Amino acid sequence: MTPSEYGSRRMLSPRVNGHKVLLGVGKPGGISYILIQLKFDIQSDRRIAQGRSCAWSDYSRKKMDYEAVIGLETHVQLSTKTKIFCSCSTTFGAEPNANTCPVCLGMPGVLPVLNLEVLNRAIKVGLAVGGKIAEWTKFDRKNYFYPDLPKGYQISQYDLPIVSGGGLDIFADNAHKTIGLTRIHMEEDAGKLVHGENMGDPSSSYVDLNRTGVPLLEIVSEPDIRSSEEARRYMDKLKTILQYLEVSDCNMEEGSLRCDANISIRPVGQKEFGTRAEIKNVNSFRFLQRAIDFEIRRQTELLNEGGTVVQETRLYDEKNDRTVSMRSKEEAHDYRYFPDPDLAPMVIGKDWVERIRATLPELPDEKAKRFMAEYELPEYDALVLCSTRATADYFEQAARGAKSPKIISNWVMGEVLRVVKETGAAPADLPVTPAMLSKMVGMIDSGAISGKIAKTVFEEMAQSGLDPEKIVEQKGLTQITDTSSIEGEVDKILAANPSQVADYKAGKDKLIGFFVGQVMRATRGKASPDMVNQILKEKLK
Amino acid sequence: MNDICSWTIHELVAAMEKGQVTSKEAVEAYLGRIAKVGPKLNAYITVDEEGARKAAVEADKRRAAGEATPLLGAPLAIKDLLATEGLRTTCGSKILDNFVPPYDSFAVARLKQAGAVILGKTNMDEFAMGSSNETSHYGPARNPWNTSKIPGGSSGGSAVAVAADLCAGALGSDTGGSIRQPASLCGIVGLKPTYGRVSRFGLVAFASSLDQIGPMTKDIRDAAILTSVISGHDPMDSTCSSEPLGDYLSGLEDGVEGMVVGVPDEYFIEGMDPEVEQKVREAINILEQKGATVRRISLPHTKYAVPTYYVIAPAEASSNLARYDGVKYGYRDMEAEGLSSMYCSTRNKGFGSEVKRRIMLGTYALSAGYYDAYYLKALKARTLIKRDFQEAFKDVSVIVAPTAPAAAFGLGERVDDPLKMYLSDIFTISANLAGIPGVSVPCGFTTGGEPVGLQILGSYFQEASTLRVARAVEREIGITTVKPRVDN
Repeated sequence: MTPSEYGSRRMLSPRVNGHKVLLGVGKPGGISYILIQLKFDIQSDRRIAQGRSCAWSDYSRKKMDYEAVIGLETHVQLSTKTKIFCSCSTTFGAEPNANTCPVCLGMPGVLPVLNLEVLNRAIKVGLAVGGKIAEWTKFDRKNYFYPDLPKGYQISQYDLPIVSGGGLDIFADNAHKTIGLTRIHMEEDAGKLVHGENMGDPSSSYVDLNRTGVPLLEIVSEPDIRSSEEARRYMDKLKTILQYLEVSDCNMEEGSLRCDANISIRPVGQKEFGTRAEIKNVNSFRFLQRAIDFEIRRQTELLNEGGTVVQETRLYDEKNDRTVSMRSKEEAHDYRYFPDPDLAPMVIGKDWVERIRATLPELPDEKAKRFMAEYELPEYDALVLCSTRATADYFEQAARGAKSPKIISNWVMGEVLRVVKETGAAPADLPVTPAMLSKMVGMIDSGAISGKIAKTVFEEMAQSGLDPEKIVEQKGLTQITDTSSIEGEVDKILAANPSQVADYKAGKDKLIGFFVGQVMRATRGKASPDMVNQILKEKLK
Repeated sequence: MNDICSWTIHELVAAMEKGQVTSKEAVEAYLGRIAKVGPKLNAYITVDEEGARKAAVEADKRRAAGEATPLLGAPLAIKDLLATEGLRTTCGSKILDNFVPPYDSFAVARLKQAGAVILGKTNMDEFAMGSSNETSHYGPARNPWNTSKIPGGSSGGSAVAVAADLCAGALGSDTGGSIRQPASLCGIVGLKPTYGRVSRFGLVAFASSLDQIGPMTKDIRDAAILTSVISGHDPMDSTCSSEPLGDYLSGLEDGVEGMVVGVPDEYFIEGMDPEVEQKVREAINILEQKGATVRRISLPHTKYAVPTYYVIAPAEASSNLARYDGVKYGYRDMEAEGLSSMYCSTRNKGFGSEVKRRIMLGTYALSAGYYDAYYLKALKARTLIKRDFQEAFKDVSVIVAPTAPAAAFGLGERVDDPLKMYLSDIFTISANLAGIPGVSVPCGFTTGGEPVGLQILGSYFQEASTLRVARAVEREIGITTVKPRVDN
């Protein structure tokens, strides 16, 4: 039997007699999709709010002689077309259980087959962060029961991750700092539970296994992070790199980037770590910062009151901006890891790694350094521009061969990013192309338009997508550089404001601004501000 | 036409080729016989009368149209551990009593492609955990030579179906002897191929690193035919080998002249049935008479095989069986309220006691703090057992030994003594741990009239020479034509 014959193997819906267990495994247009239904609500089973839920009290910062020690575990969904161990689609937002097959449903007798693209992308990320790529690696089973985990185990990596070490350079509190990475490993995502309130039966929980088997990288940092600000910068940087590599959508709303934080505090100067709490369920960068801040305050308060921090897993409750206890160390799972006998160990050859290295794009740090050298940009500009590959590419296309790259940088960081933010469009899709921006800045340089007029021109380009020269021509926005016509306007203004002229001559130098403003208004901004200044000063001597 | 049922696959296919019989007639003969003697032997869990009749008509049409695939029209039985599309697959367990897979296992798909007709799904120990067929949720299959005795396990139903002429041939699976031991106890041929020779896709996992599908047949030639059909690379199983297929048929009759046959001291132990030892020794003498050099060898780590197996197999099983949680398919205790209650109650009521015992053993062996002492140590022992064989095969072409230490024992005799039960597989387990092929071929009867099997172990992917030695024994001893009397 050939692989293609296997691929086309017909999938029937399993008959499960006499049960309310319903499951659609057909394809669109066939069976209607039904969620697997559990006849009770799992949420009420969970012990989220039990134990030491700690309300925020007004704690004074005076006693704060502790420092925080933070490590982050980030889960990144890779944007491969198909899942990690089967050929189901990874598309987000499909009908419940539409993107499933016997393999990701964990049916009896089926076997996982690794999607090599996942391995390639893991290696790519490993190389980008300067990690060591394992020469020999394997998959392990992490065993636990939960309805969103159809096999009763998650295929993950335990003691031989694909990447060890590496680090990220962050810029926080006006300084550079390297946050070390412990490891990066590959694993499969679990499914999703939907609870009754949004579904037919409010007392039931439902299982949607579309997400089951979507490839994940778990990226574990060293406990090098000291503040919520650093945590935020670390996540920003990680996201930037992943987007540069085009390995993930990094969409937090769709859950393609998720983060758990391990937080402890210790007296400043102490080397040993304090007892840590692990914070789960943080689904935005903002909440990450808040959860860390809350947790630092909670632990500090606890210690200052003579208490001790308990090692536990806590959930971030975004509604009340606090963390609550989920389970203690004693209740922690024993995952009984062991090598997955269904997947052969992998030997990663050096030539394979080198082939992937050759596909690496220029990374944000290198790019920023190059921008500073090549375009003589300040570090701040370079970092802002390089925070996304799209913005950096936009800038570079506009700046290449331009006379004043710094002016272009200003426009990109200001107007271009504003429009990107307002419209949600990618920089490359804006009506204002880099070439148009470059041309417009060239017109400022040559004195054809003023900076002020340029704002109008940019706005018009953003609306209509017309060439800046055409806009200037059509709207008659060309700068007036003809001395005699400016002199005429200046004379009129001076004649109309005799008392101000007298005051100026009596020493009120600041009135020069008033006169310039009047002239510019009279010329509707088209007069060259430099020339207006010069002529005014001469006439007022 | 009841005679048809006793034919081997190659005899039946040849007769169909000559137009002496149709697949439809063969299927009707088998269905009639299953209805008649089936209840007494309990070989099948599910008989697919409708599907079999349809497939037979289809096969006859294909033959009329000039097709001649190797199994065209041959009625076969499948161990109920192999997934069959649209046909209930229970694994001998209550927890999958209602499970109908939407896919065929690779081996079954291959059989169908080669024209085979699937008669039904055979009885087995629950999830292949057992050596007597007594852990089946559907009651034990019975040994056709003596219905008060066990047929062996776990592929007991397949062995009984072949021995009692309730199918032309069958597939079984072997994790620690589950093909070879029942084959030996029921007087048929059973081959466990090299690990990775046959895709495990669709074989419901017991212990993934040990499980292997293989043929259970009336003679060696049939075993060679089925092995050729079901072997080969499958991209759906990452542990399936891409090693080229062997030619299992052309050298089958070449004999053992010049071969070196190893006889390991560790496989003739105190406590084994002296009659079994005698029959096995006789078979070895025959090999020597036919020109083989017989050499005493040692496999020094054999004594660790059973304990090693009973750490590794349950450990993998404890994880493999976690998916039967009542959430997605199969049995769920509908009375249970709340998640953990549903899990516990579903699994408590859905699994039998032997399965639960092994899940507990395996969970323990993998637990934090015990992993190194049990699982890791067992992996090391496994490596040593493997090395024993690698060393031995430097000097010998095959290794011969008894398949089981005794002939079939009485139903109920060992159900309360798991340790004694586990020792039934003492001679078969090592081949699974090492991953090498092994075949059991009948070599005589005890004075009580129970069959005895000779086991021939070969080196990796040496199924062809293993079968050739087995064929030499079969040709000389020739008891595969002796049939149990089950008709009255």
